[in-house]
Amino acid sequence: MRKCVEIALFMLMAALAPAAEGAVKVFATVPEWGALAREIGGERVEVFVATNGLQDPHRIQAKPSLIAKARSADIIVANGAELEIGWLPLVIQNSGNPRIQTGQTGYFEAARHVALLETPAIIDRSQGDVHPAGNPHVHGDPRNTLYVGEALSGRLARIDPENASAYREAYRKFAEKMRKAIAAWEKAALPLKNVPVLVQHKAFSYLESWLGLIENGALEPLPGIEPSSAHLSEIAARQAVNPARMVIYPSYQYDAPSRWISERAKIPVVMLPSTVGGTDESGDLFMFYEDTIRRLLKGLEG
Amino acid sequence: MKYAPIAVFAALFISVPLSAAAAGKDEIAQIRARLEQIKNLYEQRIATLEERLARAEKRAEEAVESSRSSRALPRVVSAAAPEPAEPARQMAQRPVSQALSRSPGAFNPEISLILSGNYTRLSKNPDERRFQGLMPSGGERLPETRSFNLGESELSLSANIDPFFRGNFRLAIAPDNSVGIEEANIQTLGLGNGLNLKAGRFLSGVGYLNEHHPHEWDFSDAPLPYQAFFGNSLGMDGVQARWLAPSDTFIEFGLETARARSFPATDETRDKNGAISGAAFAHVGGDVGASNSWRAGVSYFAARPRERGYEDSVSGTMNSFSGRSRTWIADFIWKWAPNGNSRYRNLKIQGEYFSRPEKGTLTYDLDSVAGGTQSDRYKNRSSGFYAQAVYQFMPKWRVGYRYDQLASGNASIGLVKSGALTMDDLPLLRRYRPKRSTLMLDWSPSEFSRVRLQFARDRTRPETTDNQLWIQYIMSMGAHGAHKF
Repeated sequence: MRKCVEIALFMLMAALAPAAEGAVKVFATVPEWGALAREIGGERVEVFVATNGLQDPHRIQAKPSLIAKARSADIIVANGAELEIGWLPLVIQNSGNPRIQTGQTGYFEAARHVALLETPAIIDRSQGDVHPAGNPHVHGDPRNTLYVGEALSGRLARIDPENASAYREAYRKFAEKMRKAIAAWEKAALPLKNVPVLVQHKAFSYLESWLGLIENGALEPLPGIEPSSAHLSEIAARQAVNPARMVIYPSYQYDAPSRWISERAKIPVVMLPSTVGGTDESGDLFMFYEDTIRRLLKGLEG
Repeated sequence: MKYAPIAVFAALFISVPLSAAAAGKDEIAQIRARLEQIKNLYEQRIATLEERLARAEKRAEEAVESSRSSRALPRVVSAAAPEPAEPARQMAQRPVSQALSRSPGAFNPEISLILSGNYTRLSKNPDERRFQGLMPSGGERLPETRSFNLGESELSLSANIDPFFRGNFRLAIAPDNSVGIEEANIQTLGLGNGLNLKAGRFLSGVGYLNEHHPHEWDFSDAPLPYQAFFGNSLGMDGVQARWLAPSDTFIEFGLETARARSFPATDETRDKNGAISGAAFAHVGGDVGASNSWRAGVSYFAARPRERGYEDSVSGTMNSFSGRSRTWIADFIWKWAPNGNSRYRNLKIQGEYFSRPEKGTLTYDLDSVAGGTQSDRYKNRSSGFYAQAVYQFMPKWRVGYRYDQLASGNASIGLVKSGALTMDDLPLLRRYRPKRSTLMLDWSPSEFSRVRLQFARDRTRPETTDNQLWIQYIMSMGAHGAHKF
């Protein structure tokens, strides 16, 4: 019983201790928005990224380390569109941190600031693990980083009003650089326009719509369902009528289904970084898009 | 009176943060609400404008597209202009989501329903099951009977009540059509400083598995220590305070004061003011590299059972225990997945150790069918553990092994010491170490469905070995389940 008392006293003292001041603590759920927060926040933010580019963002668990990090966060920068639905609500509820609760200033969802594609007409799990809001992988289109960045700079300015102008200025600089880069990428990616491709998981819809790639089909029969051999054969058969030029898969997936199709259809397999850090060459947002386009163009060469 | 400290501190916890918050928070909340209103109003207006713009843009774009018709002109404008004209057309894409993503999901409140059922083949009649050497916990027996069984159907609703509270409600409908409230609690969201309070009916935070619902178990039934010491799980009607330390390592402390709903307590019939039973726990956890994460903890539960009756299933007499019951639990879990990507392969190793000292009075033959009711001192420490490993070796497929064991302890029974009785009169309490080995294989075609095959070799009583085969399905519909660690 004495132990209980000691624990209780310790809890009480610590609970009343004031929170530490300093840089704005950003808890980013995925690397792309962590990278964006770094672009905009610079030195003024301390970014923690909950997942890495080799992890399937749908399958993260509410690990103790994430709950501990969320407790002291000033802002959660989430992707939204239910990408983190399995773990983030649990982390936030257990964090004991009122600043980051849903609806508070410290809760930011990137997907709220862009147009979502593939919003399902029917929300039924017979259609696989569908996200009712639409396809959540919005960072495939770099133009979306501008919208998200603009909103995020505004949000950081609200959280840290003293540095408000610095966030806006940093966003302006980032946007300028990103617009120029987009122009260059679009030019470089012209040969990809109207190129038919196969995808393993529907993770590239925004990239496709940006570059004008045409998706001929997905190896996963339904989102989140592993490809079956019957479905793969069907896709391979479709190649005869409507040939795709390459098959692409995200860095967190195994390449086996893509390889199988590749051998059958004699088309190259292209692994794309699923996000920043998905490959060695995709260390930041700019490198991520650059690497993506480089890999696609290489795939086109055969 | 031993629980008075718990009660005092729980009371402090409730009063301190709330009173501190109440004064300033009211005003802030009002201002916040007003700001929120203004923000929403403007966002709606902007969305409407943008939508109009979008429609206009789209029409214009379609006109341009059709005029280009067959010419494979690059869609990208920037090839010609150094400063792309894309802001306008991106604007065109924007409002759609503004409208759509405003709804946080398809389900509010989050409603989910778990369906489960099984087919079992047991070499022994489940009515004869007992844990030799331990007083029965009276928990729900699994599997219920041989052959076909409907599992528990679980209906749960949860939602944020307002910015300050969250509510959870879970009903379990047993195959015999009885309905039970498994959980009905409110939880604070906005206390801050890592503090969370929960009140109502909840599963105690002791141990690791206790807070997991049956559909989240890795095996079809609970490990032996949970069955023997809590009757599957320790439920509480009361208050829980949790505090998370401000460190990068996960360090959490919890206190509970409650009317315990399970064995070893008999609180459900208790009539008294103040604290009845109490629990305390501490958990630490963290990551090792990107591939490993772990959690470990110690927990303590104290109760004062009064006339906790049990039937000695061997001799048929009714006996009872009154006194002090304490339970200590040490738990540990380690999870591994290459690079933290659990999609293809992952391994989960977990174990828990239970120790239960009990001290008080044992009353023999309550119904005076075996020579008259007698009482004397009783003291014992029983214990148990389980260790298990579950490995997902390829997508959809997992295999697992569990070993569990109980130890009845070396009871000091006054009635036997004084010569009033012999151990032949208390056959259920004769020393033994119940053991079991379990092997399972499960297949999950999606995150929402699972079919499991399980084989157990149950040696929980000396005279026989029960070979148990299960085929079970567990499916969930509705709100996306939480990925608990």
